[in-house]
Parts: sequence; C-alpha cells; structure tokens
Amino acid sequence: MRLLPAFPFLTQLLFLLPIAAGLFGVLLPALGYLPDLGGDKFHFEVFRQLLEHPALPHAVWLTLFSGIAATFISLSLAIFLATMLSRTSLSGNKNNRMASLFVIVRRGLIPLIAVPHAAMALGLAFLVAPSGWLVRWFSFLLMGWETPPEWVTVQDPFGLSLILGLVLKETPYLLLMILAALPQIRAQEYIRIGQSLGYGNLRSWLKLVLPQVYPLIRLPVFAVLAFSLSVVDVALILGPSTPPTLSVLILRWIDNPDLSFRFLASAGAVLLLLLTLGALLFWRVSEWLLLQKWRNWLSNGKRGNRNEAQKLAALSGLLLLGTAFLSVLGLAFWSLSLRWPYPYVLPQRWTSRNWERHWTSIQETSFTTLELGVIAVLIALILVVGCLENEQWRRVSFSFRSQWLLYLPLLIPQATFLLGIQILAVRLEMDGTFLLLVWSHLLFVLPYIFLTLADPWRNLDTRFPQIGQCLGASPLRVLFRIKLPLLLKPLLVAAAVGFAVSVSQYLPTLFAGGGRFATLTTEAVSYAAGADRRVIGVYGFLQALFPWIALLLALAIPRWRFRNRATLL
Amino acid sequence: MNNIFNYNSATESESMSKTLNFIIFTTLFLLLSSFSVSANSWEDISKKAKGQTVYWNAWGGSEEINSYISWVGTRVKEDYGVTLKHVKLASTADAVSRVLAEKAAGRTTNGSVDLIWINGENFAKMKENGLLFGPFTDNLPNFKLVDFSGKPTTLLDFNLPVEGYEAPWGMAKFNFVFDSARVSETPKSIPELLQWSKRHPGRFTYPHVTDFLGSTFIMQALIELTANPEVLNRSVKSEVEFSKVTAPLWSYLNQLHPLLWRSGNSFPSSSSVQQQMLNDSELDIALSFNPSATSAAIANGSLTESARTFVLKKGTIGNTHFVGIPFNSGSSEGAMIVANFLMSPEAQMEKQNPDIWGDSTVLSITKLSAQQQQKFKALPLGVATLPPEKLGPTQPNPHPDWKNQLSTEWQRRYGQ
Repeated sequence: MRLLPAFPFLTQLLFLLPIAAGLFGVLLPALGYLPDLGGDKFHFEVFRQLLEHPALPHAVWLTLFSGIAATFISLSLAIFLATMLSRTSLSGNKNNRMASLFVIVRRGLIPLIAVPHAAMALGLAFLVAPSGWLVRWFSFLLMGWETPPEWVTVQDPFGLSLILGLVLKETPYLLLMILAALPQIRAQEYIRIGQSLGYGNLRSWLKLVLPQVYPLIRLPVFAVLAFSLSVVDVALILGPSTPPTLSVLILRWIDNPDLSFRFLASAGAVLLLLLTLGALLFWRVSEWLLLQKWRNWLSNGKRGNRNEAQKLAALSGLLLLGTAFLSVLGLAFWSLSLRWPYPYVLPQRWTSRNWERHWTSIQETSFTTLELGVIAVLIALILVVGCLENEQWRRVSFSFRSQWLLYLPLLIPQATFLLGIQILAVRLEMDGTFLLLVWSHLLFVLPYIFLTLADPWRNLDTRFPQIGQCLGASPLRVLFRIKLPLLLKPLLVAAAVGFAVSVSQYLPTLFAGGGRFATLTTEAVSYAAGADRRVIGVYGFLQALFPWIALLLALAIPRWRFRNRATLL
Repeated sequence: MNNIFNYNSATESESMSKTLNFIIFTTLFLLLSSFSVSANSWEDISKKAKGQTVYWNAWGGSEEINSYISWVGTRVKEDYGVTLKHVKLASTADAVSRVLAEKAAGRTTNGSVDLIWINGENFAKMKENGLLFGPFTDNLPNFKLVDFSGKPTTLLDFNLPVEGYEAPWGMAKFNFVFDSARVSETPKSIPELLQWSKRHPGRFTYPHVTDFLGSTFIMQALIELTANPEVLNRSVKSEVEFSKVTAPLWSYLNQLHPLLWRSGNSFPSSSSVQQQMLNDSELDIALSFNPSATSAAIANGSLTESARTFVLKKGTIGNTHFVGIPFNSGSSEGAMIVANFLMSPEAQMEKQNPDIWGDSTVLSITKLSAQQQQKFKALPLGVATLPPEKLGPTQPNPHPDWKNQLSTEWQRRYGQ
C-alpha cells in the first residue's frame, strides 16, 4: 500500500527519459542542430526547405486523407458490427441463420488483431493486384487473359488500397475495444429497456449505448488515428509512391545515403507530429459538432426497426472477414510454393523447402520473440495495475498530462524518435542489451495495455472491493482475491494485445537491440525488402500465429475458469 | 539544397585552409598507418581475431545471399575461430544511422557494427563523416589477388578512390531481364528501348529513383544520351553544366514515361518488387544489376523459366560492392578476417556459382593457381546468363554527385 505511489512515478520515469531524449533527438536536428553532421547553429532553414519541398503538399494531403478516412471507416464499421455482434443483440435475435452468421463473423474477426499489419498488407496486395489472386481466378474461370489487365488497384494515387488495408486491421481492433467496454456500461440492460419501449435493436443501440460507449473507446480511436497517419510499412506496400505519404517520405530521407537528409527527416517528423495533433483536434471538434447535430435525434422518440441494417452489417462483416482471410491464405500458399507465376491460380510447383530452409532461424527467432514479448507484457501489467490501483486507493486520477505522456510513443513517428533514444542508450552504455530492448518494447506495449485495461478497471463496480474491505481484507488481498479474478478477462485480453504489439515491433527491436537480437518481425521485414512472397509467407504466417495463440488463450482461459459463472464472461 | 549546411558552404579561404589541413593530416595519417600496417602483421591479426564475434550488417532481403553469408560464418569459424553473426537489414541506412548515433554519443570503442556491406554513396558518406576504420585492405593477404587492372572499380567506388577503407567482394553489371515467352526482339540501345516501348506500351518500367537500380537506369540512359559522357566521371561543376548535360535525358524520359507501366504515374518501390512484377507478367522487361541473378532466380523458382537477359550494344554500367569496418568496431581484427576470407578463391568461387548466388568474382583469374583456374572455368554459367564475351563493355558509375542531383531533379519533375 505504501509502495503504491511509486508505480505512477516509476512508469513516468520509464517514459519521460526516453521520450525527452527522443523528442530532443527530433527537435534539435529539425532546428539545424546535429554537430556530428556539421550542424552547429540553430535556424529555421530546414523547415523552410521542408515546406518548399515539391512533394510535400500532396504528401500532406494524402496522409491526412488516408489516415482520417481509414479511422472514420474503421470506427463506423466497428460500431455497426458491434450493434449486431454484441451478445445483447444475439440473444434477442430470432433469425437463427442470421445469428449463426454473426457468430462466425465475430469469431473470425477478433483474431485478425493478431495478424501483423505488414503481413496483412502484403497478403492484400497479392489478392487485389492486377496480376493478383482475384484477377487470376477471374481470368481462369471466365476471361483467359494472357497478360494481366492494366488496372490501377494496389498503390492507387488516392490511397484507397492503403485505406482498405488499414480498415482490415483497425476495424477488428476497435470492435474488440467496443465489445470489451459494453459490460461496463451494462449495455444489455439498456438495450432491453430500449426494446421494451418499442425501439428496434439498432436504434436502442445507437441512442442508448453508443453515447455511453464512445467516451470509453475514444483513446483507442485516437491511437488508431495517430497510427494510421504515421504508418510506414502498410503505406510502403499499398500506398502510392509518387508522392508517398509523409511517413514514407520521411523514411526515404532517413534512408538517403546523404546523411544531411537527416535534418529534413527530423523536420518532417516534427511536421508529422503537428499534423497528428491537428488531426486529433479536428476529430475531437467533429465529435462535438456531430453531437450538437444529433442531440435532437437522440431524444426525438422515433421508433422503428430495420432489418436491412442487419443484412448490411452481416454483408460488410463477411466481406471484411473474407478479404482478410483470403489475404492471409494467399500468403500461406506462397510459403508452400516453389514457383507461382501469372496466370496460375495455384502454385505451379509446391514445396516444403521454404519452411525447411528457415527452420533453425525460425526456432531461434521464435524463442527471442516469445521471451521478449512475455517479459515486456509482465512488466507492463505490473506497472499498469500498480498505477490503476494507486489511482483508486488514493483517489488521485492519473492526470491528463501524464496520460498523454504515456501515449506519446504512439503519436510520434517511430523512425526519428528512436534515433534520439539510441543516442541516449549509447551514452548510458546500454545499447544492444536485452534490458534496453525490453524497455523499448515497453514504450509501445505499456500504452496499449493501459489503453485496454484502464476502462474495465475503472468501471469495476466499487462495491465488490468495498465488501472485501468491510470483511477485513487488506488492499493486496482485495486485489488478488476479488479484483484480479473479476477482471481476469480484460487482464488477459490486455496481455494478448500487448504481446501482439511486442511481436510486431520492428524499428525499436533494430535500434535498441543494436542488431543483436533477431525476432520473427526483424526477419520478416528484412525479407519483405526482398519482396519474395514465399519467405514473407513463412514469417508473416508465424508472426500472426504467436499473437493469435495468445489471444485464443486470453479468450479460452476465462471461459474455462468461469465455466460455472456465465455472467462473468 | 546543400547550401543550408554550413560545412558545404565554406568560403574560399576556409577551403584553402581545409586543403592545407587535409595535406598535413593525410601525411600524418599515412605515416601513422604505415606504422600500423607493419605493427599488424597477418599473424597478429589472426591471433587477436580468434574468439571474436563479428556482427556483419548486410541487406537481408535474399535467401540466397543469406545462406551464402551463413556458409561464410561456418568457414571462418572453422579456420579462424571467428564467430560471424549476420544482422539482416531492410536498408543499409539503418546500420549507417546506428554508427552515426554511436559517434554522436561518443562511443569510440565496442560499436555495435563490426562489418558493413556498402558501396557508392553509403561509402562516400561514411568516409566523409569519419565513420570508417582503415585503411586496412593492405593488411589482407587475399587483397593482392584482386583484378585491379581489369576491374578498376575495385579501387574506384563510383569514381571515388577507395584508399583501403573498404574491401571488394563482388562485381555488379547492369543488365535487362525479359520474358522470352512474350518478347521476341530486345532493344540494343537506350533509344531502341523507347521504340520498343512505343510498340509495347505499359510493359516496361524502372524502379523509383530511391532504389539503386532506378537511379542506375537513369544514369545508364544519361551516359548513352549525353554528348560528352566523360564529364560524368567527376563532380558536377555548376547548375548550368548540370542542366546542359542532362537536358537530353529529360527529353528522353518525357517521351518514355507515358509509355511505361501505369503511364509512368507510379513506379515499383524496389528492384525486388520489379522482379516480382516480371514473374506476375505485369511487365515484359525488367532490370537487374547482376548478370547471373536471373539464372539464380529461375533456379530457385522466383522467376519464370522463360526469363532471359540482354545488355546494350555500347555497354552498361558496372561497379563493385565492398565491405567496410566502422571506426568503433570492437572486433576489427575479426572483421578483417572475414573481409579477407570473402576475397579468397574458395569464397569467391562458391559465390559465383549460380546455384548458390551467382555473384561475379573480383579476383583476377590469372593470379590463381592452375587448379583454381580450372575450377573457376568449370563453374556452370546458368541458363539465362550471357557469357563474358557477350556482356559488352563496362562503363564506370558516374560520380555520386551526379547521382544525387539526378535523383533530386527526377523527384522534382516526376515525383509528385
């Protein structure tokens, strides 16, 4: 109990140091200061140069458009699906075929969170390319095209395929966040009330549940928005190249052998940060405006039930699921192919060679991935639970400011931010150590765990711990005997999400690990540079498999543990 | 573009004193390094290297290259007791940036990179910023076997003197790849390529200039189109010179781009992606920087069996790729062992085999023993590889200065 205040302090220290280092590492070069490259004076010349860069206006437009559109579509789809997929709707659904369809969509969508963005993007690229899987089947069954059609699908100039790729990944994440938040606001009871007053399922949901659930998922939505604006790997694979999004432009500048481009890259990173903050503000203002507009609608008393909405939700859910499933399946087929040129719909020659050849490397990298993920998740869980407990027992809420601090790593473009951390690590003689590697993963794992766990924790009925206390239990005992068991499911889901985040880290692993630690993701990304779908298939599949298993466990354990306590599920 | 960085905009008096400094420094350095060479006999180096671990940062995008590197690891472990770890990079810049961060933080020993696969501008920039250890190649016994006269790019990397700061380990030569099932006649020159594209719109493209093969293609076109290609071997003198020399290139590209894949509105992000597009039949002609790579790709299944290669009548750009040792490597002896082994006849032969990798040797065959010469000659050529006499003349890579400015200008014209 006395140690509790140490948790937020420790967490903040853990974050403050690298973030300050990271921010300085971006800001100073952006202002022209990087002595090792000959910049020893502060000036705004770099920003002027950035703003005059011919590719910039379009890149900024593209970044904002694709990021905001992807977030908006993902959120709308997630809400739409949630209205149909939440248990509340299922129990009230008389149409059995529809109900079982929804169960399939629900069971299928959630594991998609585990598939790494890059793997999904590569799979999608193969699926929808003009020479891709869909066209090959179409050509095989109907047209017999000798050469692929000259369509512009992947890497289209408007970034539509990029948006689709992001939506495939973010919709399941937001859906999971919504479904996890529903029990806290007792959505089921509201729906029943709504229904008994003659509102249809969808209307009850939108009028009664959504206004309560949205504040709970606002932070995840912000995280999705920030991620979509600064994503690199998906934009590289699916986004246009002339010009690309701002994040890819920054990466090109960092990758430029002319080291003086680091100045421009840093300024670009600062601009991206400002854009992200601007987009978040824009989003928040739009929320408020929408609320003003719809306030009347919420209480206008109009009833009605529309079944088309249900069908539409089922259709969009199935489409989403099908696209994602085929993307992953395509990669799996590639991992088993030796030769697969156009127009073959299936590999021309099959082989197990891709798997055999990498078996030793798979074993080593899998172990490192697992070790790193488990340790990072455990530390993060302890810190997050400590902070949340501190907040509850001492009735101080984690301040707005420190919460933003926590989310900063998710808002700042990784590549430039990590350069500053790297310099700090070298100064502390910590670079290339396992400790630093875990630390760098924590920067990204911890916010996601906090994001996933904070609301269920805060919304746990306070009467449970109160009863425990009244019966004379110490806070620690209350934590272990009442809170943790009650919150087992969100705890495990948070752990699984954190694990998935750890597995997917590429740049932090490379920068902090000093190249000393190879994980499935460092392997996968370096092979992605070679564009060999067969090897990418192997590593992409494994990259998805681990978090998938973690998530399945997170869902199965509570089910087993609470097999006699159905309402806890 | 460059003038904001004050170290580039030195006034004349400054540059005078810089030149003077440079002379004094170089003299001192040569004196010192001649000491170090005598002090570091090969036996000393081998002794120190034993038990060291060498972290070799190298592009990891190719299975073939990765398994070759892991074979090198087994061999140097057997012969010298050096442990080699391949740090697989998606981009060489990641490693350069790590060395830079270490220098910024004052880490002068025990750096995280011991050996780095580089050439061209990465080398120029690392050398310019004092990020490289050396000169060291004179310490390596196998360095003598390199074909300096027949392969001058082993000493001049993109026209920049290597001066012992990186050791050559492979040769590259620009060539075209085509699918013989769909293409019957291949162009013999850059203008003919335009004619071909007019007959087959949308079936050719080149990677974005941020990829080395994309920039090599525009340099290749420039060499053939400009009136006086010799000027490309030195740095760009003035903006006027640049626009005069490159004018024919831009008018060529303006005609070519509407005929490219997606009308030149989009470019493949890398040469690997472009190869995949050839396999996907989205293209009929693609580019390569290794004459045997196509045979190797057919053998391993990543290219269709009907893929073949061709070169241009007047010749194509060739260069050498190297390994360098960062200034702060804690295992520089081990790194030198690896660099030396890479230049050994055994390692070079293994590498040139198209079933393994198919990367051409840097060695002069005539300097080898009769038995080794025999073995080199017995290596299979590969189904799509042109024999040496059909590969045409080799043109030097233009000075990095040209490449940088070409790439900037290209992005200004076509990158938006």
